[in-house]
Amino acid sequence: MADLNVKIHKLNLKNPVMTASGTFGNGVEFDDFIDVNALGGIFLKGTTLERREGNNYPRMAEVTSGMLNAVGLQNKGVDYFIKEIYPKVKKYDTNVIVNVNGSSIYDYVSLAKCINELDGIKAIELNISCPNVKQGGMAFGTNCEMAKKVTSEVRNVYDKTLIVKLSPNVTSIIDIAKAVEDGGADAISLVNTFLGMAIDAEKRRPVLSTVTGGFSGPAIKPIALRMVWQVSQNVNLPVIGMGGIMTPTDAIEFLIAGASAIQVGTANFIDPQVTIKIIDGINNYLDRHNFGSVNDIIGCLQL
Amino acid sequence: MNKSIIKFVVKENIKLNYNNFLITLRSEIKIEGIIPGQFVNVQIPNSPKTFLRRPFSIFDVDYEDNTISLLIKILGTGSGNLVQIEKGEEVDILFPLGNGFSISESEKKILLVGGGVGIAPLMFLAKELAHDQKVIDILLGARSKEDHILVNEFSNYGKVYLTTDDGSMGEKGFVTNHSIFKSDYQFDKVYCCGPEPMMVSIARLAREREIECEVSLENMMACGFGVCLCCVTPTNQGNKCVCTEGPVFNSKDLQWQI
Repeated sequence: MADLNVKIHKLNLKNPVMTASGTFGNGVEFDDFIDVNALGGIFLKGTTLERREGNNYPRMAEVTSGMLNAVGLQNKGVDYFIKEIYPKVKKYDTNVIVNVNGSSIYDYVSLAKCINELDGIKAIELNISCPNVKQGGMAFGTNCEMAKKVTSEVRNVYDKTLIVKLSPNVTSIIDIAKAVEDGGADAISLVNTFLGMAIDAEKRRPVLSTVTGGFSGPAIKPIALRMVWQVSQNVNLPVIGMGGIMTPTDAIEFLIAGASAIQVGTANFIDPQVTIKIIDGINNYLDRHNFGSVNDIIGCLQL
Repeated sequence: MNKSIIKFVVKENIKLNYNNFLITLRSEIKIEGIIPGQFVNVQIPNSPKTFLRRPFSIFDVDYEDNTISLLIKILGTGSGNLVQIEKGEEVDILFPLGNGFSISESEKKILLVGGGVGIAPLMFLAKELAHDQKVIDILLGARSKEDHILVNEFSNYGKVYLTTDDGSMGEKGFVTNHSIFKSDYQFDKVYCCGPEPMMVSIARLAREREIECEVSLENMMACGFGVCLCCVTPTNQGNKCVCTEGPVFNSKDLQWQI
């Protein structure tokens, strides 16, 4: 049994396997299927200052080896989060991380201040990469100036671990990663979903109510892996890798590429126990290759 | 029972007509306390071109035999591959999911309305209602005679009325045009599953008569247990997940134009 502990800034993770925001609810939905405490961390469903109803149905399209979603950050707002959700999730013996969203810098800053007060939340993930909202979201994550500004403004009010989640819908992921590093981020998570589209040929209509949506699933893995590798080569921050991870081998590839930890997303929809299988698989891999610690394989890619 | 991922083994797979199959599956763990209207999310075996699970209503439950059965209509690649499974094969199923129909002691005279494959959640409901000594009428609509399946099985639990679009069996026309509604027909509650326009019409009829109406929706979903938030329907309390807060809704709570 190898040592699976990893560190992301000040966060101690019992293993590098976490869950991606928007694919794991608030954790409690998985209590029937797994021991959530066995995970390295969980990223909760994106939260905004005010309640959001999200986009109209249809919000989902299955595509080859993946899916599109256009949920649009449906959530009940931060007050509801603090009153109703926080008491339920702080019981977990794992890192519980809030995914923070906004339409303006004011939104992000106000929300970060609120979450900073919660002792049980040791980190936030600044989501500057949601492709499914009309204002804010990805607009902050596709422009270096904006990405740096929102990161630094939040940095000023938030003193715990600040993770910034990047959008892959950019010309240079390295430039954006450097911008949030300059802005004072403690870690970077990538990638959010790719902007995609599905058409119903019989009806000659878009499948999604929003026409475009976020593409996830195993089809995006090679691109996500490339971006994780590029970013980890070019910034000095720990990287949390994600994008199409379905199996232990997928997760291991991200670690080898330079991710200090990974998030499992869409795979949770198909197999709610997949995260546990991935932890076991990483452990087996390390034993099989005689590595004493998972840290031995992080960024170990040989060119 | 709690939501679980369970390996089922195919006990039998019966072809009912040109595109409907009844698949009976035996569970590896004990099946308990299934509520009519609940559903399963099935990992389709041998289906490389589909990615997500596929949701299906629980058609029937046999606690003694420890089996559930699913009524599958071929609609696309997923259902098309599922009906190919043979006796003895294993199927990975997430279940039981959803809220299910509510059964009230005070409601004695019940009308069930099913359209097409929308009859799927109504068989187990009819069985449970009959067990509770309810008087049950069952109104089933289909396109044509060959689309009416399992009529005899329904008649075990109540009086069955039929319509077809082309008049080849039962009365011609939609279920809402059936002559039972033209008399001073009385009932305490209606349960309905089928195409949305049909459910809206039945909901309107129920509203006019001030009768409770529960409908079962079938929005597209990814997870089936309330985390992807893809299957929402607008309600008077905002968007709700069909998978966890449904699939059964009181029609009064939906934002239908009735």
